[in-house]
Amino acid sequence: MLDVILSLLIWVPIAGGVAVLTTGERAATGGKWLALIFALFTLGLCVPLWMNFDDASANLQFVERAAWIRTFNIEYYLGIDGFSLPLIVLTCIVTVLVLISAWEVIEYKSTQYYAAFLMLAGMMNGVFAAQDAILFYVFFEAMLIPMFVIIGVWGGPKRVYATFKFFLYTFLGSVFMLIGLVYLYLKGQSFQLIDLQSMTLNMTEQTWLFFAFLVAFAVKIPMFPVHTWLPDAHVEAPTGGSMVLAAVMLKIGGYGFLRFSMPIAPDASAAYAWVIIALSLIAVVYIGFVALAQQDMKKLIAYSSISHMGFVTLGLFIAFALVLQKNSPDTAALAVQGAMVQMISHGFVSAAMFGAVGVLYDRVHSRQIADYGGVMNTMPWFGAFVVLFAMANCGLPGTSGFVGEFMVILAAVKANFWIAFASALTLIIGAAYTLWLVKRVIFGDVANSHVAELKDLNSREWIVMSVLAFFVLLIGLWPAPLIDVMQPSVEALLQHISQTKLIGV
Amino acid sequence: MITSTLLLTIALSPLVGAIIAGLFGKQVGRGGAHTVTILGVAISTALSLYVLKLIAMDGHPAVNMSIYTWFEIGSIKAEVGFLVDSLSALMMCVVTSVSLMVHIYTIGYMKDDPGYQRFFAYISLFTFAMLMLVMSNNFMQLFFGWEAVGLVSYLLIGFWYKRPTAIFANLKAFLVNRVGDFGFLLGIGMLLAYLGTLDYATAFARAPELVGQTFTPWGSTEWAVPTVICILLFIGAMGKSAQVPLHVWLPDSMEGPTPISALIHAATMVTAGIFMVARMSPLYELSETALSFILVIGAITALFMGLIGVVQNDIKRVVAYSTLSQLGYMTVALGASAYSAAIFHLMTHAFFKALLFLGAGSVIIAMHHQQDLRRMGGLSKYMRVTWITAWVGTLALIGFPGTSGFFSKDAILIAVQHAERPGATFAYICVLLGVAITAFYSFRMLYLAFHGKERFGHDNDHAHDAHHDDHGAHDDHHDDHGHHSGPPHESPWVVTLPLILLAIPSLLIGAFTAGPLLFGNFFDGAIFVAEGRAPLAEMAQHFEHGPLAFALHGFITVPVWLALIGFGVATYIYLFNPAVAEKAKQVLAPIHRILDKKYGFDELYQALFARGSVAMGKLFWQAGDQAVIDGALVNGSAGLVARTAFAIRRLQSGFLYHYAFMMILGLIVVIGAFALLQ
Repeated sequence: MLDVILSLLIWVPIAGGVAVLTTGERAATGGKWLALIFALFTLGLCVPLWMNFDDASANLQFVERAAWIRTFNIEYYLGIDGFSLPLIVLTCIVTVLVLISAWEVIEYKSTQYYAAFLMLAGMMNGVFAAQDAILFYVFFEAMLIPMFVIIGVWGGPKRVYATFKFFLYTFLGSVFMLIGLVYLYLKGQSFQLIDLQSMTLNMTEQTWLFFAFLVAFAVKIPMFPVHTWLPDAHVEAPTGGSMVLAAVMLKIGGYGFLRFSMPIAPDASAAYAWVIIALSLIAVVYIGFVALAQQDMKKLIAYSSISHMGFVTLGLFIAFALVLQKNSPDTAALAVQGAMVQMISHGFVSAAMFGAVGVLYDRVHSRQIADYGGVMNTMPWFGAFVVLFAMANCGLPGTSGFVGEFMVILAAVKANFWIAFASALTLIIGAAYTLWLVKRVIFGDVANSHVAELKDLNSREWIVMSVLAFFVLLIGLWPAPLIDVMQPSVEALLQHISQTKLIGV
Repeated sequence: MITSTLLLTIALSPLVGAIIAGLFGKQVGRGGAHTVTILGVAISTALSLYVLKLIAMDGHPAVNMSIYTWFEIGSIKAEVGFLVDSLSALMMCVVTSVSLMVHIYTIGYMKDDPGYQRFFAYISLFTFAMLMLVMSNNFMQLFFGWEAVGLVSYLLIGFWYKRPTAIFANLKAFLVNRVGDFGFLLGIGMLLAYLGTLDYATAFARAPELVGQTFTPWGSTEWAVPTVICILLFIGAMGKSAQVPLHVWLPDSMEGPTPISALIHAATMVTAGIFMVARMSPLYELSETALSFILVIGAITALFMGLIGVVQNDIKRVVAYSTLSQLGYMTVALGASAYSAAIFHLMTHAFFKALLFLGAGSVIIAMHHQQDLRRMGGLSKYMRVTWITAWVGTLALIGFPGTSGFFSKDAILIAVQHAERPGATFAYICVLLGVAITAFYSFRMLYLAFHGKERFGHDNDHAHDAHHDDHGAHDDHHDDHGHHSGPPHESPWVVTLPLILLAIPSLLIGAFTAGPLLFGNFFDGAIFVAEGRAPLAEMAQHFEHGPLAFALHGFITVPVWLALIGFGVATYIYLFNPAVAEKAKQVLAPIHRILDKKYGFDELYQALFARGSVAMGKLFWQAGDQAVIDGALVNGSAGLVARTAFAIRRLQSGFLYHYAFMMILGLIVVIGAFALLQ
């Protein structure tokens, strides 16, 4: 089974989605259970995946390779390293939680909703496992379709504007990536990432490629100033859509940077790292202030996501200065590790935050902060969970939110004190917008009759919240297992980017 | 033997108690919750005392061990581990013993509160976090403990989460602390960047390498690396230990229940900054500039916060400003390189200030949650134990010769007097004046509460006006409280027992420990003072004849006379001629106004940072995201496409003669171009 485990991780949920679709609305309950079984089975596959993963090696593992379109030398080429593994596991966990959290909430075409998430999960696994650029691209684009449907069908009142904005923004970005990939193929007759990464490219080529990839991934992650699709998409998306969008889909942007931009165009990445660093710091500070001004809970959390993603791009791109100028590969590894941990952590924390908003929305049907107050009085357990996740969101040590930010900030001091200074402002700004939200929604006296009638978490919501809380605390208290899995891949990446591709051109 | 099991038991037993009381509060009930948490803390206390005995008396060497690896990336390693030497052992004992007293006291103080189990869970969790902080052997864990105690402080200030003032105060406390932590984290980052380690022992061993290194913030400006590191770390201490200008959160933290004011906001958490600087003494000794900075900040806090205490009418706020001022004294001692004096004062202060706070709490119970000193008076005859222990606490606070506060405060004054660095003279004047101020506000409070005329009615004690009701969560429980009327009476034994147990060390511990702590070799290996600096040398000479002789000698020194002046003025005004107070208020109206406004820090911060940042956020959002990015660029480009399409669409009109005309025009252009090129 290990030979095809990656294929299973991709195709089991997709096939499951198709199967669930065929059950139809009349057997909705059966369809839900079927979907959950498929999701749990996929999650179960992660166990042998993690156990059999060799964390001493940076090589691709569980490789599957077959010709797909011979004319263009396109392969069905799967394999994972330390970067892919945690992201796949994250995808599988979040998918199960999303299905559970939708259980009694989605009534309109519920089986289709479940099917959409299953297929989405398979495609996202495909993105993280693909080692052929076109295969990656296909999953990368196909993934938009279920999300488009999820927001467009089960979304809020302005869902049409939001879906088009979401689709056009991301699609526009990926077109540039495709052009870049085609250029690389014409030059090297291969789409295999391993070939692209070792291909010699002059500075002009690298620069064009760097910016082509930048557009694609900057939109996805998203970076300032191409971030405005995210708040709209989140606000209109149903709870599950927001959870997956924030927890996994944004990570594909960060993953793209370290799979494509950094290894394929290392010299251009080094030369233009300052652009990304500057935009990341704007994300951390400017977006943090924007979050402070939000009246809508989901918008606030969406902006908070953008701000947190700033640490991912920051961590990835300060690595260049640390390796090349400061000659400090250990600190560079700290930065890249920090970026990766931040991605995984944010996966859990943002899923939890959006899930928590969903819990309130299901009861009161409002996302406005002003409609709440004193929720703690009627929902003490829920309040306790929210305080925990809020603390993780503002990076309290002991929670996962701390680990990545701590590592990136520490590494940044070595790169440039003022970069660290600006990014560390998140300690204050992040706490301000998060805890002010908590103060207005959770604390205080019962604000109105809706709040007075609230019922505390049901057992289904309990499961979702406590699983997320478990991972938030686990990574916060003991990040070593996660970091050890990634370390060889991080070292290999740093080794790769430390060598210029310009020699011999 | 100090083993990892022993140390883990010390750290984790309060955590276990907290988890049981917090998550299973309903199942274990009130009795279960306080039993399990008190048991946990009692185990920690007993074992901490045992550890201190091993280290202080049996000559057990310091222990430095790693428990598990948090992460390891190349040469950069973050571990969870313990460093237990004389300094941390002493801190462990202070933390656990005060915490134990507060746990017991809470049984009485919170007995009617619906959040009883939650409260025990929080204070036990706090004890765990504080132990992790003081027992840490590395900067990562220090930061963990540092922020974790901040979290518990946040939760406890907002314990009565229905009260708007409480949830304002806890947000403020967290954010102000975060400003400090911002500096602290950058300081840790600088250390890692320049020394390549997060481990104390390695960092201290390599610290001398920092001397002479410079850091270029911009252009050709150069700063000494040790100074930058020390000041950044100290910014963290300024937040946690509430030094000007990051002190604003501490008075507001009095919104929390009184037991935690005693434990967290007086005895232990707020002294974390002092402990941290003492722990980092090998670093601080490298930077004269940083020490001067610390000296001046501490001196300003010691004097000017004490002055505010003079005009406060809320009994808890008087004690709170007194705490600020005393923290200033400790900071001054650090700035004078007298780390051992700072830690010594930290210890004595922990006992007598916890005593005073718990005493204030006992008064508050007796007054049915009235906290206004102007409505008290003459309580001495109703509550003898509280009254006597309050006297003990007050005498220790003003440094009456022989009490524990006398030894620790005198050590600080002498150290500052002999410090030879910029700012020392200013600091010495501040702390000397502070002695008189301390005596004045302390006795003012004592007299207003326990002596003089009774200024409360026996039947209208419900006065739930404005700013006084410590039990806000109880507003809907009034009917349950039979004891809410009738004359004040002494608190139950669970309240008075801790008062007595804290009064004993407040009185005696100074005399017994001053010798080894200040002049002996107790802190050798834990606290480092550069050669040639002996801030306490002169005091050591006087001390040769023992603590008793030293105390007697104290009667003829300046500080005691200054304290006597403060005492005398307070006695005259508040015991014999209260009208003078009103008159003084009128005569000194401008000064009174400044003090009453607390120098305007709150208003300034509120306008500048709170409202300012929200306004800035709105501006960024509306002007940046909505107007420019979405309005002009995103929807703008969509609009452009639409307009262009509209224009082009007009060409395709469907009329044959339009197309024919266009063809002819095209033909002319092509032929013309061809002709021209030829």
